[in-house]
Amino acid sequence: MSRRARLWLVAVGGAGLAALFVAAALDLPAFGGDHHPYGDRAVHAALTRRTANVIASVNFDQRAFDTLGEMTILFAAVIGCVILLRRTHDEHRGRPAPEKVARPVRRYSLLVLPVALLTGLYVIAHGQLSPGGGFQGGVVAATSLHLLYLGADYRALERVRPVALYETGDAIATSAYVVTGLAGLIGGSAFLANTVLPYGTFNTLSSGGTVPLLNAAVGMEVACAVVVLLARFLDQTVEIEEGNGK
Amino acid sequence: MADAVIVVALLLVALSATAAVAVRDPARQALVLSVLGLVLAVLFTVLQAPDVALSQLAVGSALTPLLLLLAVHKVRRRGKKEGHHR
Amino acid sequence: MMDVFPYLVAGWVFLTGCYGLATSRNLIHAVGCLSVCQAGTYVLLLAVGYRDGATAPVFSDLKPGSRPVVDPVVQALTLTDVVVGATVTALLLALVVQISKRHGTVDPDELSELRG
Repeated sequence: MSRRARLWLVAVGGAGLAALFVAAALDLPAFGGDHHPYGDRAVHAALTRRTANVIASVNFDQRAFDTLGEMTILFAAVIGCVILLRRTHDEHRGRPAPEKVARPVRRYSLLVLPVALLTGLYVIAHGQLSPGGGFQGGVVAATSLHLLYLGADYRALERVRPVALYETGDAIATSAYVVTGLAGLIGGSAFLANTVLPYGTFNTLSSGGTVPLLNAAVGMEVACAVVVLLARFLDQTVEIEEGNGK
Repeated sequence: MADAVIVVALLLVALSATAAVAVRDPARQALVLSVLGLVLAVLFTVLQAPDVALSQLAVGSALTPLLLLLAVHKVRRRGKKEGHHR
Repeated sequence: MMDVFPYLVAGWVFLTGCYGLATSRNLIHAVGCLSVCQAGTYVLLLAVGYRDGATAPVFSDLKPGSRPVVDPVVQALTLTDVVVGATVTALLLALVVQISKRHGTVDPDELSELRG
């Protein structure tokens, strides 16, 4: 298709979509309205199960099966990246020379690293109480490790990050989620039902039944997944070079 | 008052999204996208969604631009080498 | 005006991303445009769940029932998608890197010429 024809197609399709969207938006309940039947029921369910952060309750209790689906997408995407970005036989591995890092950059990134890592772990651990949880904390913890690349060099990063270990961790975390779900099944109710553990006291770390367990599993999976992904991309840009036999 | 803040945040989001599409150089686009991630995080906070804002902040303004930049670097380096050999 | 303005902004962001996707001359740029499209869906979802004068649905420092809260369901949907979307972006970028290795270009027009 020529560029011109494609542009016309986009213009016509986009105009149609825009018209339908505006018509739909005019018919939606007004922004900021007071009628949220699903939201109110979700809040009620979370409070009866003593989970202070309703969003964690929705993710890991009321819609835990949906989150299993999301985790599967995440896992599949990571496997796809690992396969697509592996070293092929006509490429060879170069040894990147250590580069000089400006002093303030080194000092501040090494200073911020432990703080960022700790923040990430804190956000994971308090997922069922305060804003945060496995998804956000996992990303923060994983990206914080890469401050080492900024502050020191690639080899220092490689030493603290054995990729195989994180790949295993990713798989273990995914299975942990499924096993917790199966425990619900064995415990006499349904898959991923939150009936196995006592709900505990409202607003403490152990409240919410299986919510903290599933939250921790997701945190571990996301952290491992991000580390593996970044490792593969860094590998491609920093280490792997084209073979000359093309 | 709350409405005014929401409108400003929404306008900023629309503006930076348009800029992210209009900038054609992928390396620059990655930077604009990280600004978009930041503005989205502000909007989500204003809309009383701190959980989403937190993940948008980590993903939108750090992880995605970083991945984009790494991909740009890889593709560019390849292109240079190819030209060199020919 | 305020009743529909946020929805319209979401639609604008989504359509701008679509336009960028269709006219992009570089696959990496196209992946960036796709994440703009995603941002549009986040804005729409959270706008649907907003409630005037309400606070976040987190009860660690709030007595249950003392204040109205915004809809937590749409927030949970958005939250998972933000993170999962990033890994899908990574998968697409891995595909782009692979395409550039095989064909030596990341311009969609040149690529379709190669095939034809």
